[in-house]
Amino acid sequence: MLAPDQAPVPRAMIEITRVAKTYRTKDGDVPSLRPIDLSIADGEFVVVVGPSGCGKTTLLRMIAGLMAPSEGRIRVGDRVVMKPHSDVGIVFQSALLLPWRTVLANVMMPVEVKRLPRAEYLPRAEALLSMAGLAGFESKHPWQLSGGMQQRVAICRALVHDPKILLMDEPFGALDAMTRERMNAELQRIQLETKKTAFLITHSIPEAVFLADRIVVLSERPGSIAAIYEVPIPRPRKLDVLGSPEFVRLTQTIRAHFKALID
Amino acid sequence: MRGLQMIVGAPWLKPLIFLVLLIVLWDFTIRIFHIPPYQVPAPVDVMVTLWQEWPRLLSEAVPTTIATVYGFLLSAAFGIPVAMLIASSRTVESYVYPLLVFSQSIPKVAIAPLFVVWFGFGMLPKVLAAFLLGFFPVVVSAVQGFKSVEPELLDLARSMEASRLQIFRMVSLPYAMPAIFSGLKVSITLAVVGAVVGEFVGSNSGIGYVLQRSIGNFELPTMFAALVVLAMIGVILFWILDLIERLVIPWHASQRQDLLVAA
Repeated sequence: MLAPDQAPVPRAMIEITRVAKTYRTKDGDVPSLRPIDLSIADGEFVVVVGPSGCGKTTLLRMIAGLMAPSEGRIRVGDRVVMKPHSDVGIVFQSALLLPWRTVLANVMMPVEVKRLPRAEYLPRAEALLSMAGLAGFESKHPWQLSGGMQQRVAICRALVHDPKILLMDEPFGALDAMTRERMNAELQRIQLETKKTAFLITHSIPEAVFLADRIVVLSERPGSIAAIYEVPIPRPRKLDVLGSPEFVRLTQTIRAHFKALID
Repeated sequence: MRGLQMIVGAPWLKPLIFLVLLIVLWDFTIRIFHIPPYQVPAPVDVMVTLWQEWPRLLSEAVPTTIATVYGFLLSAAFGIPVAMLIASSRTVESYVYPLLVFSQSIPKVAIAPLFVVWFGFGMLPKVLAAFLLGFFPVVVSAVQGFKSVEPELLDLARSMEASRLQIFRMVSLPYAMPAIFSGLKVSITLAVVGAVVGEFVGSNSGIGYVLQRSIGNFELPTMFAALVVLAMIGVILFWILDLIERLVIPWHASQRQDLLVAA
């Protein structure tokens, strides 16, 4: 809700200003990320691609408030990020579900931690699970699910407290290629339905092009923004677009960045 | 027919068959090599003694069991918190852990007489001896359990704005439970040894006392019968602990088979 005197110009959901990160180790300082600027709009799907060790994960952890930038600042919504905050939900490469909890109890974990009213969020958790195609699995334990299902539970858990932003660090990296494509389609659908701002890190260029509104290409360590590409393919995208000329052209353009790195 | 199959397939049948085999072998060895009964008694003599002396052995088993259980409970009550401190603080670990490991190279059996000097011929020195033997495995296993929590899982909890206490209660403690239980299982068998050692050096009751006196009088069948009772104490306590483990961590991989069958 906007107050009447506020300008209707939409502010960015995530505003990254001159953010850099240097790790201090015994052997001296290791620069991980050179100063970068990036602004992500509300409801936008931004995908970051880049070589290993280019500071992608560092960037995500700083947005989540798990790590402080060495320079610059990150604003999420109206607040400068200083520590972990409720505006994000995170999905990591492994589902990280707690084996002693049922699927539903895993999804409800953030609600318990944040001491939110259970009665209010329980229907939400159930609705999220059924949206992710997991209706009927609520009382199962994580080890009874396949890898793809586990990762969908992790996405539901990240969304249960209704954060504004969904942060994902190579969420489908551990899945086989076919499951991965299906999960991409699922994730797109979930993001369109929930209208969350999404920030996803991946090594897979096709995954990036399929999912993103905008792709940020990072250079190798210390990372900086090498290029930003808009993906003009209209939504909802079907898996068929993977073969379209537009799709192929864009993946090749992005791949060229990494080819230059190898040569 | 099904009943017969159940008996044939029962997990206790194979060790039982093996045990009977060993006893038969024992009997044959004595007969073939003409081993005199004051060196090794015949199995039948041991069984007869066990039968005749049963009420007295049972009443002597009570103080041994009590000392074992108290010593074990002390090991758990001190071992788990000490492990928590060691796992949660590098400083504590660097001060305490090396000393703890060093202390293990002192033969505890040699310290037991000291307890008699300090605390007399009561229950206390026995309990302390049991505690001294049972303490270390609990600490080592629990430290390992607390430290094996995936760092990403801790990040996930932190990103939910979980407090240190919440992280401990909802993630670290349940995560460490299987390791803690494996430590407790080693601890309870060692606590039996500790209690008996305590009874060797200064007591006028308990199985340890019966063992010492019967060997002094060359009553070998009594001594062997006491050993059988001692083994039974160990097995029963271990079995009870195993049962508790099944109730506390039914989700753990080692227990899942049963759970799936039951489901």
